[in-house]
Amino acid sequence: MSLVEPKKTTGLPLDLPVEELIVVPRRRYGIWIGIAIAMLFAFFIGKAFATNPAFDWATAANYLFHPSIMRGLGKTLLLTVVIMAAAIVIGTIVAIMRVSPSAVLQTFASAYVWFFRGVPALIQLIFWFNLSLLFRTVSLSIPGVGTIFSVNTNDFMTPFVSAVVALSLCEAGYLAEIIRAGIKSVPHGQFEAASGLGMSYRQILRRIILPQAMRFIVPPTGNEAISLLKMTSLVTFIAVDDLFYTAQSIYARTFETIPLLIVVAFWYLFVVTVMSIGQHFLERYYGRSDRRQENPLIRLLQSLLGSRKGRVQS
Amino acid sequence: MTSQAESRARFGVPADAMVFARSVRKSFGSLDVLKGIDLTVPKGSVACIIGPSGSGKSTFLRCINHLEQLTGGVLLVDGEFVGYDLRDGKLYEVKDSLLCKRRADIGMVFQSFNLFSHMTVMENLIEAPMRVRGVSVAEAKASAEVLLARVGLSEKANRYPRELSGGQQQRVAIARALAMNPKVLLFDEPTSALDPELVGEVLQVMRDLAESGMTMVVVTHEIGFAREVGDDLIFMDEGVIVERGEPREVIANPQSARTREFLSRVL
Repeated sequence: MSLVEPKKTTGLPLDLPVEELIVVPRRRYGIWIGIAIAMLFAFFIGKAFATNPAFDWATAANYLFHPSIMRGLGKTLLLTVVIMAAAIVIGTIVAIMRVSPSAVLQTFASAYVWFFRGVPALIQLIFWFNLSLLFRTVSLSIPGVGTIFSVNTNDFMTPFVSAVVALSLCEAGYLAEIIRAGIKSVPHGQFEAASGLGMSYRQILRRIILPQAMRFIVPPTGNEAISLLKMTSLVTFIAVDDLFYTAQSIYARTFETIPLLIVVAFWYLFVVTVMSIGQHFLERYYGRSDRRQENPLIRLLQSLLGSRKGRVQS
Repeated sequence: MTSQAESRARFGVPADAMVFARSVRKSFGSLDVLKGIDLTVPKGSVACIIGPSGSGKSTFLRCINHLEQLTGGVLLVDGEFVGYDLRDGKLYEVKDSLLCKRRADIGMVFQSFNLFSHMTVMENLIEAPMRVRGVSVAEAKASAEVLLARVGLSEKANRYPRELSGGQQQRVAIARALAMNPKVLLFDEPTSALDPELVGEVLQVMRDLAESGMTMVVVTHEIGFAREVGDDLIFMDEGVIVERGEPREVIANPQSARTREFLSRVL
């Protein structure tokens, strides 16, 4: 509450009760100007969307559920799920290596993160796609027994497989850091208390440390999943027929570039929205031990639109 | 000869000794925290350790359940090394599963409670009995309910730790340690993190435990508790035991100047 100082000229009596003083809100001219500019922009953007014929909304609507677009979307989702699952497994292993007592394992894990996070994803992708330039065949042979198997690199390194390998290794580098930070965020006393009760290192990690780390791991991992979904559009470069590649191959033929980009943008936005809702509920699950009572709908909207206040607890 | 029998014979451990320490040393790098501790805690007795901060009393406690490894000396719990096996005069580091099994017999209560914050009170109590001892859910829950009643918190079984006061959390932590049926309970300044008006409820639970015959090693600043409940009072300073004896005797009539000075500051 802000109190207004009594003006000297009016000579307010000193015994006037505080509740009867009039509170005059501060005038926020800056905000009003900001609102005016924002409304102006919204108007021009809206007008452009509505009146510019090049947007060609009708064509976009026609392509929205086009069978090849649907197939492309399916491929994009498949890639995201497979890559994310692999990256979580690899990332967890690397993170546990990084917090292990062995200096060798720690160094190995650090080097992994350093490399796969440092090299651009597109370069890694094209590198794995061209693995055959490095190794013509991949074979396993045991001395004295002979060759167990031998395959041409090009036979199994299909565009899809290279995409999965390249992007999961790359994504695992990011996830390893997130998971490590999550593990570090759990107070050391939790580890000691569990050791004191006779729990083994594995049990402590699985039952005590990781579940508590999840509260810190889930929000950034959700963001990673969302950016991974969009990152998969890179596979267009090695001709995997994902959502973006399919749209490109259509507009290369029909020159309906803008409507098809709208279709692609729509589907990415749609999936990201669905993922955000899922993320919201996951966060709620892992934060259940310290949930505050709030309107669930408001919380959902807040987390969708990205305004999350006071989410990190002590 | 078993490791336990060999250790007992070799170091002359009294049959009734629960904790047996001889010239226990511990250093962190070049810092000597414990400089030769000799202490025997008989079964069923309560040993209270007092001393200024940095005197090594908490480190000694943590050495007992092998949260810290000794730099030198001998520390046996119930006639056995916690982290080693003695065979033919050599100490073999034990494998994890055996270390866990032995640690499960040594309960520990921490200054900062360290309840598992993602679990309810009930889950805190049944986790270790189920995972470490392989007790069934029903059995673990039944004994957890008895323990919660004992510390007066039956109605809090489904609450999360952060919904409880500090005193209640510490009582849950004591119940969690008891759920493993330990041979000995170690208390590391159990009331130091509590508001003054909550100290009493925790001390009451500890008093009841002592009366039930539990062997306890208590690092504390509560001189009153030590005098009333302790069988032995140990005053530590700078990594050595300066004075020990019957609590009333030590408090009323301290022999060493350092003990006198410390007591005059805390009493």
